Amino acid sequence: MSELNKLTIAEARDLLRKGEVTSVALTEACLSAMDGAGQLNAFVHPTADLALERAQAADARLKAGDAPAMCGIPVGIKDLFCTQGVASQAASRILEGFRPEYESTVSAQLRDAGAVMLGKLNMDEFAMGSSNETSVYGNVVNPWKVDGRDLTPGGSSGGSAAAVAADLCLAATGTDTGGSIRQPAAFTGTVGIKPTYGRCSRWGIVAFASSLDQAGPMTKTVRDAAIMLEAMCGHDPKDSTSADLPVPDFESMLTGDIRGQKIGIPREYRMEGMSAEIEKLWAQGAEMLRDAGAEIIDISLPHTKYALPAYYVIAPAEASSNLARYDGVRYGHRAKLAQGDGISQMYEKTRAEGFGHEVQRRVMIGTYVLSAGFYDAYYNRARKVRTLIKRDFEEAFASGIDAILTPATPSAAFGLGEMAGADPVEMYLNDVFTVTVNLAGLPGIAVPAGLDAQGLPLGLQLIGRPWEEGALLKTAHVLEAATGFVFKPEKWW
Amino acid sequence: MSEIDIETARKVAHLARIAVPEDNLPALAQELSRILTFMEELNEVDVDGVEPMTSVTPMRLKRRKDGVTDGDIQAKILSNAPDAREGFFAVPKVVE
Repeated sequence: MSELNKLTIAEARDLLRKGEVTSVALTEACLSAMDGAGQLNAFVHPTADLALERAQAADARLKAGDAPAMCGIPVGIKDLFCTQGVASQAASRILEGFRPEYESTVSAQLRDAGAVMLGKLNMDEFAMGSSNETSVYGNVVNPWKVDGRDLTPGGSSGGSAAAVAADLCLAATGTDTGGSIRQPAAFTGTVGIKPTYGRCSRWGIVAFASSLDQAGPMTKTVRDAAIMLEAMCGHDPKDSTSADLPVPDFESMLTGDIRGQKIGIPREYRMEGMSAEIEKLWAQGAEMLRDAGAEIIDISLPHTKYALPAYYVIAPAEASSNLARYDGVRYGHRAKLAQGDGISQMYEKTRAEGFGHEVQRRVMIGTYVLSAGFYDAYYNRARKVRTLIKRDFEEAFASGIDAILTPATPSAAFGLGEMAGADPVEMYLNDVFTVTVNLAGLPGIAVPAGLDAQGLPLGLQLIGRPWEEGALLKTAHVLEAATGFVFKPEKWW
Repeated sequence: MSEIDIETARKVAHLARIAVPEDNLPALAQELSRILTFMEELNEVDVDGVEPMTSVTPMRLKRRKDGVTDGDIQAKILSNAPDAREGFFAVPKVVE
């Protein structure tokens, strides 16, 4: 069988269980695809030996008939997840050389289910970025190309998205604080779901903004997202915000029947200056869901406009607290000190050398909005606006709406370096359709929905009720089938 | 529009424990001002009587027994330290 790396999780699982393919063969196919894809710069710490070892163990388990769905499936892990004995540096210089003595709960659950880690994936430094241009490892290049230009795969889970789109792995983990799973999924024609806040344990995932961060799968299909999400979810006593709720069999909920579902179309997401292509894609998506028997209803989420500024107060505030731990004492980089330097100089030099520009900027903004005299004006006000944003969604759901359909991003993938001269706020606008979901703690999924005039993928986002990822995946699955998106980037790397 | 002057930028950098060279302070002040101006859109919102959001999902935090659950892993704790000596993290002299 050729090109095993191009299989979906569901296809590979079925072949593995039938004994028609081995995990070792799947893993070797992925490792060889990774070897040939250096130009994409997606995998930054490959773990070939470990992968083959785990693949052999998975094959033994499959033979013994004890095989969960993810058993033997080769996946990539975002560098934000701590993985025991394997470099985990959140794409930052400040964690250079860090080899955790422990495994994050999510990656441990995948490992215990028999999934095979191929290596660690590139990302924006500390997950702060929308283009994967803030990484200490350098840019990730999107496998989709037009006019020979190198495009961004999006961020912060850019390595994960590029690796899945280029078939270097069957699926990958991502994390999403303001859109970091859904925006790169949309830019690469892949599927990405951020579950409800509390579905996945955050333990062992390098923290960015603790009240917004959630892990989720990045996959080739909605079915794969359902399979992998189930393996990643569950209560964890080590994360006090993780929900003690049963995890449903998400895959069995993909019935294809969405008759009578009420899909909301929020008028505030029709932004001024929105491209005609995005607007058309959005209308087509609504039409497809209507054809499948759903009811399309115009709704209002009046505080949408304030989500971005609220997010860019709250996320940096939490980041400035979380990143205080990088001080050159317990792990990672420590600056070389000059004669007579004391502990303050050690902190200040270490953090100046270890953090990149965007991370420094956000830590300082966070420090400012939390500082005496400004706390109420910025941070407390932002948290009040957050209450109102969440209330908008609660009211929509209380009125009977089952899911909300929006564009995933304001544009298709842009060129690497194109935003270099831009104001930081312009880059932040990439998150305009996705941040509301993090602020409200809701599940959201990006599904590839079409190609733009240049031939680049565009995605739509569905937002669901809290804890109802199953219903959300069901609707996404119907949308995926209706759009018939089967496009893959042409191999140039 | 919000104005962060060079003095404030210097102070914020110090509070954040990030060394910023004197020459970079004017540009930093300008960047921070621009971002704060963007945040000031929040002033348009009427937040009277609105409680600040403190918990994302309405969940009661679980309690557990106040007992020792882990320990005897000194070597593991120190294994990533840039400078560990005699079972401790080592730092420059703090007290004169």
